[in-house]
Amino acid sequence: MTALTSLTLAEARAGLRARQFSAGELARAYIAAIEEARPLNAFITETPERALEMAAASDERLGRGAARPLDGIPIAVKDLFCTKGVLTTAASHILDGFRPPYESTVTEKLWEAGAVMLGKANLDEFAMGSSTTTSHYGPVENPWRKQSEDRSGDNRPLVPGGSSGGSAAAVAAHAALAATGTDTGGSIRQPASFCGIVGLKPTYGRCSRWGVVAYASSLDHPGPLARTVKDAAIMLGAMAGHDPRDSTSAPLPVPDFEAALSGDIRGLRIGIPKEYRADGMPSEIEALWQRGAEWLRDAGAQAIEISLPMTKYALPAYYIIAPAEASSNLARYDGVRFGLRVPGDTLDEMYERTRAAGFGAEVRRRVLVGTYVLSAGYYDAYYLKAQRVRALVARDFAAAFERVDCLLTPTAPSAAFAIGEKSDDPVAMYLNDVFTVPANLAGLPAISVPAGLSDDGLPLGLQVIGRAFDEATVLRVGEALERAAAFKHRPSLVAGEG
Amino acid sequence: MALDKAVVAHIAVLARIRLDDAELEPLATELSHILLWVEQLAEVDTSDVAPMSSVAAMVLPMREDEVTDGDCRDAILGNAPRAEKGFFAVPKVVE
Repeated sequence: MTALTSLTLAEARAGLRARQFSAGELARAYIAAIEEARPLNAFITETPERALEMAAASDERLGRGAARPLDGIPIAVKDLFCTKGVLTTAASHILDGFRPPYESTVTEKLWEAGAVMLGKANLDEFAMGSSTTTSHYGPVENPWRKQSEDRSGDNRPLVPGGSSGGSAAAVAAHAALAATGTDTGGSIRQPASFCGIVGLKPTYGRCSRWGVVAYASSLDHPGPLARTVKDAAIMLGAMAGHDPRDSTSAPLPVPDFEAALSGDIRGLRIGIPKEYRADGMPSEIEALWQRGAEWLRDAGAQAIEISLPMTKYALPAYYIIAPAEASSNLARYDGVRFGLRVPGDTLDEMYERTRAAGFGAEVRRRVLVGTYVLSAGYYDAYYLKAQRVRALVARDFAAAFERVDCLLTPTAPSAAFAIGEKSDDPVAMYLNDVFTVPANLAGLPAISVPAGLSDDGLPLGLQVIGRAFDEATVLRVGEALERAAAFKHRPSLVAGEG
Repeated sequence: MALDKAVVAHIAVLARIRLDDAELEPLATELSHILLWVEQLAEVDTSDVAPMSSVAAMVLPMREDEVTDGDCRDAILGNAPRAEKGFFAVPKVVE
C-alpha cells in the first residue's frame, strides 16, 4: 500500500473527501514522518497536538459534507509567519520566547481553509541567506545526497538552499504535504530547486505580508512550496487575497489558479533571456535550460530569444536595497518589547548589548551595510542609485513582456552545495540568487519546477517568470515543464515509507 | 569605497550593535568587499531614471480615522522581557 505521506496534496484532498482515510490518520502519518525526518532539522517547533486538534475539526466538517478547500491538509509554516500563541523565532536568538498575540493573514487564511499545522519550519536567520545555515537553531540538511561520492570522495550533507530551507526539506522528505515560504531574493524558488520540489513566488501584493516578520518590505513575497505545480496552485488559492492590513496588498480578486491549469500552452511566446547565460554556468544547467525550451516548443509554444540588459546589475542593486530596508525593519529588536534582553547600565547600552548578542553574523553584516548605505553622505551614491537601477530592471521586463508571455530561465546557477561551503565569502553566497533576484526587484510572479538531475544526481529547477498578476500563465507553463520533465527521482531520505 | 575601522565603529553605533575592538578590522574587510562589489552599479547611466521604491503601482489606500484595534495591553506586555504596572520597563533614562 502507498504511504499516506506519499500522496500529493490534490490526491490527499480527494482521498479525504472520499473518506478513504481521515484527517486524523493523515495528521498522525505526518507526525510520525516528522519524527523520522528529525535528523534534517527542518522544524524549529513541532505542533503535533495542534495538528491533531485541527485534524479532528476537519474530520467533523468532512463528515457532514462541509469540507473547506484544504480541510485536513497537513502543512509546515516557515517560522517567519506569526502564529498566535505558538513560538515564532525567525530563526533568531533575538526573538527568544516570542509568542505572537496575533496570527499572520496568510496563515489565518490557511487555517480558515481547513489546513492543519504541523509546525514551524527552520530558515536562515530573518530569512537572510541562501543555504539555511545561518539559523540560530542550527543548519537544515537537504534530504538529497550526491548519488555517489565524487572524485574527491566528498559526500558531506548538503544545504537545502534558503532561506525557506526547512520548508523545502520538509516537503521534499515527505514530512509536510506543502509549506509556506517567503521569497525576498529567491528564498522560495532556490530551495525548491535544491530540494527537487515546486516553489512559487507570487506577484508582489498577491499574498499579504501582515504578520510576516519583515526583512525587506518592498521585496518580501509570501508564497507556497509543494510537490507538484497543481499543489502549489491549490495552496496559492488559499493564501492569496486582498488584506486591508497590508497597504501594499493588491485589491484584486483571486483567480481560480487550479482551473487555470488547462494543460494547453499552444501559441504562448516564451522568452529566453540571453543575459542569463552567465559566465561559468555549469554545462549541465545550460543543457537543462535548452531542454526546457524544447519541451515547451514540443507542447506548441514558441521560444524567442530576448534581452534583459540590466540583468547583471540586479544582484548588486538588491544587496543595497535589501540591507537598507532590513536595517530599518530590524531597528525594532531593542530588548524592550519582546525577545532577548541583555541588561546594560543605560538604555543605549542595553540596546547595543542586546543586538550584539541577538543577531548572528550575516544579520549583523546586512544591518551594518544597510545602515552605511542609508547614512548621511552615502544615501544618494548607494541607495538612490540602487533604486534607479531597480527601475531599469523593471523596465527591461516590461519591454520583454511586450514581445513574450513569460520567460524561461534556470532557477539557480548550481545544484545544492555542501553545508559549510561558501560560508566564508558573503559575495560568493549572494551569487546563488543571480537568476531569482530580478523578479523580486520587479515584483513579478515566478515558479521553480524540478526539471532534471545534475551529474552528481542532485535536482535542478527551471524558472518561469510571468507578467504581474498573471500567476495563471506561470502555473500553466510550469505544469507543461513538469509534465515533460516527468521528474520522478526521490531524495535519499523520504519519511513514512519504512 | 573601502571602510576603515573608524567608519565601522561609527555605523555600529548608529545601528546600536556593540562591537569589540577585535571585531572591527575583520568587519571592515568584509564590508569593504561587499561595497566594492555593489559599486559596479556606477557603470549604469541612471541620469534620467527616477528611483523606484516599490513595485506596487497604487496610491496608498485611505480609510476612516477610527480605532480598529487595541484593548490588548496585557497580551502585548506578555512578551516583554520586563514589564511593570502595565508598562514596558527599561533602565532609567532621566536623572
